[in-house]
Formats: sequence, C-alpha cells, structure tokens
Amino acid sequence: MTVTFILNGEPQTVEADPDMPLLWVVREKLGLTGTKFGCGIAACGACTMHVDGVATRTCVLPVGDVEGAEVRTIEGLSDENGLSAVQATWLEMQVPQCGYCQSGMIMAVEALLDENPEPSDDDIDAAITNICRCGTYARIRPAVHAAAKRRRA
Amino acid sequence: MTEDTEQKSPSRLGKWTRRTILASAGLIGGGLAIGTVLAPNRLAMASDDAAEAGEVVLNTWVKITPDNRVVAMVPHSEMGQGANTGLAQMLAEEMNADWSLVSVVEAPVDDAHINSDMARGWVLGEAAWIPGFMYPLIDFGFLKIADGLVNQITGGSASIRLTGWHGIRRAGAAAREMLVAAAAGEWTVDPGDLTVADSTITHAGSGRSGTFGDFAAQAAAFTPSLKPDLKARGDYRIVGTSRPRLDLPGKVDGTAKFGMDVTLLDMRYAAIAFPPVIGEEVVSVDDALALERAGVETVVDLGDAVAVVADSYWTASQAIYDLDIEWTGGLAGLTTAEIFATHQDDLDGKERDVMVEEGDAPGTLDEDAVSAEYTVPYLAHATMEPMNGTAWVRDDLCDIWIGHQDPLRAKKALIDLLGLPPEAITVHNQFMGGGFGRRGRLDFVTYPVRIAQAAGMPVKTIWSREQDMMNDTYRPAVTGRMRGAVSDGRLAAVAHAYIDAETGMPDSEGPFAFQYEVPNLLIERVKCPSPVSVGFWRSVDFTQLAFFNESFMDEMAHSAGADPLDFRLAHTSDPRRRAVLERLKAEAGWSPRPEPGRGMGVALVSSFETVVGQIVDVSVSEDGEVRVNRVTSVADAGLRVNPDACEAQIQGSVIFGLTAALFGQITVENGEVYQQNFPDYEMLRLANAPRQTVYFIDSDHAPGGLGEPGVPPVAPALTNAIFAATGTRIRDLPIEKAGFTAA
Repeated sequence: MTVTFILNGEPQTVEADPDMPLLWVVREKLGLTGTKFGCGIAACGACTMHVDGVATRTCVLPVGDVEGAEVRTIEGLSDENGLSAVQATWLEMQVPQCGYCQSGMIMAVEALLDENPEPSDDDIDAAITNICRCGTYARIRPAVHAAAKRRRA
Repeated sequence: MTEDTEQKSPSRLGKWTRRTILASAGLIGGGLAIGTVLAPNRLAMASDDAAEAGEVVLNTWVKITPDNRVVAMVPHSEMGQGANTGLAQMLAEEMNADWSLVSVVEAPVDDAHINSDMARGWVLGEAAWIPGFMYPLIDFGFLKIADGLVNQITGGSASIRLTGWHGIRRAGAAAREMLVAAAAGEWTVDPGDLTVADSTITHAGSGRSGTFGDFAAQAAAFTPSLKPDLKARGDYRIVGTSRPRLDLPGKVDGTAKFGMDVTLLDMRYAAIAFPPVIGEEVVSVDDALALERAGVETVVDLGDAVAVVADSYWTASQAIYDLDIEWTGGLAGLTTAEIFATHQDDLDGKERDVMVEEGDAPGTLDEDAVSAEYTVPYLAHATMEPMNGTAWVRDDLCDIWIGHQDPLRAKKALIDLLGLPPEAITVHNQFMGGGFGRRGRLDFVTYPVRIAQAAGMPVKTIWSREQDMMNDTYRPAVTGRMRGAVSDGRLAAVAHAYIDAETGMPDSEGPFAFQYEVPNLLIERVKCPSPVSVGFWRSVDFTQLAFFNESFMDEMAHSAGADPLDFRLAHTSDPRRRAVLERLKAEAGWSPRPEPGRGMGVALVSSFETVVGQIVDVSVSEDGEVRVNRVTSVADAGLRVNPDACEAQIQGSVIFGLTAALFGQITVENGEVYQQNFPDYEMLRLANAPRQTVYFIDSDHAPGGLGEPGVPPVAPALTNAIFAATGTRIRDLPIEKAGFTAA
C-alpha cells in the first residue's frame, strides 16, 4: 500500500507493506541510515525516531501506523544553524565511543528536553533507557544536563 | 634507513619481540611517503597468514602531500576506542605539524600510489643483512599495501602502544628530518639552523620559510634516518592533550557509515537461519511458503545455515519463519552444566601444563590450606551493531563491505573460500558498531559472501539480534581451583589450577600470573576443548583469571585477618602497582564496611602494560538486591596520548565488566543457547550505571593499552564488595548464582 508521512519536514510517499517497520522503510526505501537496527524488539533504543514529537522505537512500529505523521530522524536534527544543542554538547563532551547507539540516544534526549527542559537525574534515568554497549553512561547524564542548559541559554 | 630492534617484554612471562623497519618512497605526483613495518610476534595470535610467516605485519604509511597535508594511513579500524585520533597526535607531534592539517585514514586508500619498487629497493638493496624471514614481510608491506591490502588487527589494546609508539612516531620523526634536510639543501644552510613548527620550516638567519608541502618531493630523495631523533616528552605539545576525536562529528549527526549502512545499487537483503542446536546441519529445506511471500527472491541452502534473499531485510527476516528446515546431527544433549562438570573431570585427571613454579607450593599447603573454586560463564559480545556483511561476488572478483578488526584475516579467508588471487578481493572496511573481539571472527565475512555468490547479486546479510546472540564466539566459560595459606599475616603459598578453553588462537600476555609476591607459587593450566564456539572477548583471558586471582587474594586477606587493600600493598613492591593502590585508597575513601548493608571491594590488575585498580562501592538490601553506588578507578597507563579518550575507555570498561558480573551468562540447554535478546542477556543502563571517578597516575612508562585493562578488575572488586557488605563470598558469576540480583 501507499503511505504518506512527513520525514524531516519533507512529505514522503512510499510503497510498502503496511506491516513493515518504519525503521526499515526509512533506512532501505528512503536511504537515511543514521537510525540503527539493534534488537528488533524495542529493547535497546538504537532505532529511536520522533513520531509526532514522541521518542519512538521504530523497529516495531508498522509504517502503516505513521500515515500523516511527522517523523524526525537524526538527520533532521541539525539545520542551517548547524548542530542541535544536544549534538553540539555530545561533541563537546566527547560522549560517543563506537557511536552506533548514539543516534537513538540523542533522539531520546532531544524528546526528553522538549518535554522537560530542566530534568532531574531521576527524570533522566526514567526517560533514557537506551542501551550503550560501550558504556558511555558516565558521560551521558552530565551531557544531558549540559545540553539542557545550552538549550535554555 | 632500516632499523631492526629487539626488545624483551618486561614481563617474565612474555616472550615476544618487536622489530621495526622504516623506509620511504616518492609519491607519484610529488610528495613523500614514509612507511614503517612493525612485526610483533605477540600479535601472531590473530592471523592465519601470520601463523604461516611466523609474523604479523603492522604497516603504517605517512604521506606528506604537495598541498601541505599530512595523511597517516594506519592499519587499525575504529570501533569506538578513538585510537586513530591518538595515532594522528603522535604523528603530528614528532613532525611538529599543524594539527589541523593532519588526518588519519584507514588503509587502504585508493590514492595511495606508492612507488613500491623504490621502497623495496631501498630496504633490500642497502640492508642485505636483514634476516631472511623479513623478506616476505617487506614485500608484503611495500607491495601489497599499494595493491590495496589492509593488514592488521585492532585488538590486544595495541594501536597506540605498538603501532603508535614503535611505528608512527618514528615515521613522523624521520619525515621531519628528511623535510629539514631538503630545505637545508635548497637554501644551502646548515640543517641545524632550521626550526620546524606548525608544518613550516624556517631559517631564522635569512628569514626564509617553507611548508612541508613545498619540500615533500625533494625530501623523498633523502634516506630515512636509521634512528630518527625522537622528541623528549617535556617538549610534547600535541601528545598528552585531549584533542577531540576525529571520528565523532559523523557519530552525532548520523553520517558515520557502519557496515550496516552500506548501500549498493541493486542490492538485496538476506536474513539467515543458523541451526538451533549447536553443530547441526541441514537435511532438507521446504522453502515453498517463503518463496510465495512478496519480495522474496531466493532461498540459499548453505548446508550449515539457510538464508532468504529478498528486496528488504524485513521481508527476508519474516520469510525465515516460513521455512521448514530439517536439521540433523549436532550436540543435542549438551548443557552448560555438563560442560562445567567436564572441567571438574579435567582438573582431576588431565595432564597439566606448569605455567609458573616457584618454591614448593604443594609442600607448603597442608590440610589447613584455604581452598576455593571459581567459575565464570560463557559471555556474548552483544555488539550494538549485529553482525552483518555486504558482498558482491562476480566470476573473478569479490568485494565485501564489513567492519572488521582484522581485515587482512578477512581477506585471507576469502582467498581460501573463493580460490581467487588476493588482488581479486577487496575488503572495504567500515566503522564498527562495537567490536570487543567479536569482529575479529570470520563468520560475518564468509556467510555473506557465500550468500551473495549463490544469489548472483550484491547482498547485505544481517544477523538478527537473536541469531547474533545465539551464534557468537563466546568468552570461554572456565573453572579455577585455588589453594593458599598465610603464615604470620603473609602469604606463604598459592597454588592455582585452571581450565583454559581452546580458542584455536595463541595465548594473551600472561593472564594467569598471580600478581602478588608469594614465596611458594604453582600455576598449572589444563587445556580443554570447548564444545561451544569460543573466542576473544574484551581483555581476553584476564577477565576470567583476574576474577579468580583477585577474589582469592581477598579470601587470603580475610584468612589473615587483614584489610584487603593493605594486604595487597603488603605483597606488592612494584612501584607502579603500589602507587595505584595508595592513590585508590585515598581517592575512594576506602572503608570495607562503612555501614551495615554497604561494602567496598578492591581489585588490582596489570594487563596490556597498564595497571588498573578499582574500588567498587555497593549497597545490598536484605533480600540481596545489589546497587552499585560508585566505582573509583586509578590507572597507570604510562604516557597518555589523549587523556580524555583514555578516561572514556576506563569509564566504558567499568560498565562492560560490571554488566557481565551482574547479569552476564550464556547457557546451553539441550544443545541450544538459551539467551536470545537483551531481555535474556541484560545490560546495565543509565539508571543503574554507577557514579564513576577515574584517576590517572602520571608515569614515565611508555603508553600502555587502554581499550581493555579497565575490564578485568571490575568483577572481583564487585564481589569483594558484596562480601564486605554481606559476608557472602561469590565464587561463581554472575552474581545471581549466589542469590543476588542487580538493582
């Protein structure tokens, strides 16, 4: 069937099995590979995109469900002004190691800060449940606080 | 122009040597290339090629281009450790280069038109005394790299401490000297009157100056110095500073390309089904249903696996469940319990290799000796990026896109598999979404090629998370038996007999050593085949043996009625290890049992030429729920090329080691691996990750490894802390085996 949604601000129409997860539609049919496949069961968060502003694990989200939705991926974060506050903070604090989980991690953090501009440690722990196998957690919590501050500035 | 140095390993247990050869060549189109060939025997562990030649080659090329850029081609791939940035720093430092003009690329690069005949002539023509075994190595280094052959492993925490310290540093210093000589010749001045800064050579007397690029072509006419003048540490401006990692910009905006992200024209996607029971083979495949599914193109029976090729990965992954596969053979009755029982039989009855024997431990240990038996489980690597490979096989050509820790080994495997000459096979190495030893293996090289060959088109084969976890080459499950005695508050004797699972690869650097002073010591090894596929896992055998040794050291301290940290100090004279312990004691606020329900544990492990001590602080609830409050790490890693990246490696290692100790185990029931995805093989996440502090001791030592040495102490420091808090000694990992859970 045909599905139409907004991807990073641009309308997209794709021909796809409506059960095909959004992750694979975006990666394979639309060619944006910044969002990653990690577990296939929404357990790790590597596939996190924003769907209508909500951080969503797209490896289990049927594309048929996003008809008319606004979808944003890591590629849609930076604009003509450059990197987003979260991305810039991630670079400044040298958060990533292998980097594979970080697209999903950054998308989850963006959504948290959209909703809660000044999260506490507990808020961060509750919201950011993505897995990072390299173990960058020691830098993530301070980086979220720093990004929140940068956004408010 | 050549250098052949041998250096004994500082470890009494090691026996590897290092040899460095340096040579240079002109670049077609002008410019200079300096190459180093470094061959440490120790690294022979990871390469079949090396086994044949008796050596492994580490190649590094430094190019200075006419437009004044310095480009290092390094043989290491990036899997998150940041070593390539460190290598660039070491190069820029010795050259006095402008940091912004230095870049690192992973060899091969297509524009590396190195004049290999000239390079070879230099080495062989003027240094006929080079031992014969080096000839193929030199040919390999200077000819093959020009043909686009990458060759080396990223493992053993070797990038900085071997390639960097023994290779790229010399290449940089030699390049600087040649550039200076060229400038001095051009200006007819004394080279000693020239200064070099920010990629510019200046003659103060005449006010003349020129860039590296200006002199690159002329410099190629000079011979690299036998022993280039290396900078003193006090003069470093780039090494020792936390330069931002060169690979990170693409990792925050989604543009970094991992193996998973490779996209080819007309590419298809494959999902793969491996036998559910270890060792099974295909009898028959009924693929009728799969082939009816829209988008499915073909089903490939590989004999030991079955793949579905389709127009999307999701379609292929669904169609896998449409297959009706009959399997046969295999180890249907195998259980992990049976494997551990075999360890007991082997420790009781099998011949032992004596690894270390000092004094008379058996004669000293009587019936009052403390005995302890430890086990550690199989562990999966669970890289965030599941195994994958994209291959395109034509009649006489094969291209593969993968993220591999040892691209040379991958290439060699394909030469063997396809019967094609080396030049017909191209390995396009990509960023790795985690390696940890897993990406040194060959399954994700050969299966994608076999599938693509059968399909007759470019195919990206992706392991599902379940197939990745159930078909890993696991960290070996092993067992260790320790006995020991104290006398007058000091260790009198220690005896250790341990199972060493056959990985088919050589040993790492003396992981079995008991790293404290004891007058009577006997360490024995029993080699044991593993029915479960096993291989390297971050920090290799240290993960198991350090758990045994550091747990037992704690038991000995308890037996002596001594403070575990002070007891370690009392049996340590090595100044580096003492300094780490003393710093750790001060920084962590050491107190084994600061309050009821809370405990601190310590462990100290030297590995890969780095000393790491850790104190883990835990709270344990009455029902055995363990919360890790804080982990304090102190490391002496010698010279730190990029301090921030060094800190990141320790921080990550702590999480990696804790995850394993708290949750990690792969078990086998009825011949099948039980754990399939993250719910069964749990990971630490932000909410239960401990607070961390990492301290480094400034030391004069050469750079030690950092990708791995932070892992081994974590598990024993954790269980020692749980002992301090509860009085329960955990001898079998993970902690749930002793009735504890992780908060």
